[in-house]
Amino acid sequence: MEKAIKRWSPLFVLPTLLAFTIGFIIPFFEGLYLSFCQFTTVKNAKFTGFGNYKKIFSDLTFLSSFKFTVLFAVASIVLINVIAFALALLLTRKLKGTNIFRTIFFMPNLIGGIVLGYIWQILINCVLSIVGQPLLALNSSAGYWGLIILMCWQQIGYMMIIYIAGLQNVSDDLLEAAQIDGATPWQTLWKVKLPMVMPSITICVFLTLTNSFKLFDQNLALTGGDPNHMTEMLALNIYQTFYARAGAQWKGLGQAKAVLFCLLVIVISVLQLRATRKREVQQ
Amino acid sequence: MNKKLLALTLSGALAASMLAGCGGSSNGGDTSTSTDTKADTTEASGAEGSVYYLNFKPEQDQQWQDLAKAYTEETGVPVTVVTAASGNYETTLMSEMGKSGAPTLFQVNGPVGLANWKDYCYDLAGSDIYGQLTSDNYALKEDDTVYGIAYVIESYGLIVNKTLLEKAGYTIDDIQSFADLKNVAEDITARSSELGFAAFTSAGMDGSSDWRFKTHLANLPIYFEYQTDGISSTDAIKGTYLDNYRDMWDLYINNSTCDPKELSAKTGDDSRNEFLAGDAVFFQNGSWEYANLTGDGGYTDDDLAMIPIYIGVGDEANQGLCTGTENYWCVNNQADEADIQATLDFMNWCVTSELGTKTMADEMGFVIPFKGAQESKNLFVKQDAEYTAEGKTPVSWNFTTMPSEEWKNGVGQALTAYAADQTDANWAGVVSAFVDGWATEYQMANGQ
Repeated sequence: MEKAIKRWSPLFVLPTLLAFTIGFIIPFFEGLYLSFCQFTTVKNAKFTGFGNYKKIFSDLTFLSSFKFTVLFAVASIVLINVIAFALALLLTRKLKGTNIFRTIFFMPNLIGGIVLGYIWQILINCVLSIVGQPLLALNSSAGYWGLIILMCWQQIGYMMIIYIAGLQNVSDDLLEAAQIDGATPWQTLWKVKLPMVMPSITICVFLTLTNSFKLFDQNLALTGGDPNHMTEMLALNIYQTFYARAGAQWKGLGQAKAVLFCLLVIVISVLQLRATRKREVQQ
Repeated sequence: MNKKLLALTLSGALAASMLAGCGGSSNGGDTSTSTDTKADTTEASGAEGSVYYLNFKPEQDQQWQDLAKAYTEETGVPVTVVTAASGNYETTLMSEMGKSGAPTLFQVNGPVGLANWKDYCYDLAGSDIYGQLTSDNYALKEDDTVYGIAYVIESYGLIVNKTLLEKAGYTIDDIQSFADLKNVAEDITARSSELGFAAFTSAGMDGSSDWRFKTHLANLPIYFEYQTDGISSTDAIKGTYLDNYRDMWDLYINNSTCDPKELSAKTGDDSRNEFLAGDAVFFQNGSWEYANLTGDGGYTDDDLAMIPIYIGVGDEANQGLCTGTENYWCVNNQADEADIQATLDFMNWCVTSELGTKTMADEMGFVIPFKGAQESKNLFVKQDAEYTAEGKTPVSWNFTTMPSEEWKNGVGQALTAYAADQTDANWAGVVSAFVDGWATEYQMANGQ
């Protein structure tokens, strides 16, 4: 049996491998190559070396969008995870209607980013106009907080479900033992529950981190980078470089930014995974 | 426990990638409509060539499909027309051009758009259609190479609701200069509660509407500066007439249907609907709006007129509408020899044959700059001809020389900020975006 599986395994791997190669590996390396080129259409590229990468660092919009992305990521990771965890605690208490609330909190996640972005744009503009503040297109701090509110609204439900799964897996023996030892609820939370759900935290932080860095649709729909690129995140900045600019010199630059962006996301998420993994405990 | 988590993560990742898939696939969906002839295209391309037209104007999609079908029936040459979704032309073109079976006929919006596609443009210098042009001004030329040929001429100005204007006690003959316009508009504003309408529709600065001001209105100070200096493009604009631009912008935003603070969220549809509902007398837009304004429940030709946009510069008595084009046909030089020939024949047929010219004039409402052109039913187009016949000089479209899209966005952004808070400091922002932005963007676009 074992042998048969081993012998035939390449056959079973093949379809996925093919799809992965066509859909990911080939475009990835083609993209890597294109980041060293000047081109208008991808089949007609002229190799230019590291020129594109040098230009990235003289492009002020890229640096400012990097800063904005980091600020956004920090705030949204903290808020989403804290609120999602709090909700998960609330909804694992065996209260009445728990399931309904879980469903309701999860629902925003089912709506696409572009739609959400436009809905929230209308909502936020309405509120801003009532309180007499400049609307989103002119108001970068409203854009920043708007994006955070939007992302919280969308992602909290999803993360909450993961935390609920984690919390339900904390064995009752441990909780009971803690209670008998005289631990207060607060101590139980910090000393027992939190260490036990560390794997969930790793996943949720990873998801929120990568989501925040890669955020595109919501950014495009809610603020479109207005005012003056001030609320433009990295992904949108790359898109704008590639598509909103005319001329061959911009395409390669956009591609180079994308490669750099990819590396950045990989490095940051690996660092994060390492940091939180260390804190996970074996049951 | 870990297994469960793993399963959750995996399903999460799956869901996420599905969502991502939904987002990403929109590109494919944009190139929405195409005729049945598409299947034939690939098969027949070897023998006698075929045409693949990537159309820019979604408003005329159906008419192009019908025209393509008629051409195929008449000659047997397969013609595929695909229309890019509004605002996605460059994106669609870029991905289509990378494929095999790329568009043979596409369009650029002028010298700046040409920068992207110059290497792909077939030299139309010796072609039949070039010979059909009524004026060399309508060709996109550099030295002796003809990269593109304009296929439609459009006009824009202030569309006036004559009925409402009369209700306010004026006629369009009362408006012959910026000073007149200002008087009328401010008078209407002063009596707006009694009249029940405003002077101007909202000057929305949403992406669907801001081009009317950051591009079309901005053309006027640029045009007059070029006239004064005797040039047709520049690497550094001086902004000689920006004060007039400001006066005009002040007039638009302070005599309109809404609070200037709210302009940033107002859309093109908002503005049109206000005009259709009779909430305002003036609506800055172009001849392409004719069908939208006169359709079901809309206005008749008697209600409407288009007057020049006076900004208080130059010989206002002899100023006409802003007339020009930003639609140039280009032929893909990377296509097969046979396909190129088929495309040239198709273009020529469109502008010379009875059916082609009739469709372009009546169904699409175009004025085409070719010898065989038929008269259009479009009121605004007819008015443009009248103005010219009276000896008025049309204002040419110089926004095709604006250095980049980014420049327009910068100006638009500054205009919006100024509208919300009309201080000199904020206007200085507009001037800086206009003048300094031009120099920087020109440098970036042409400096390599």
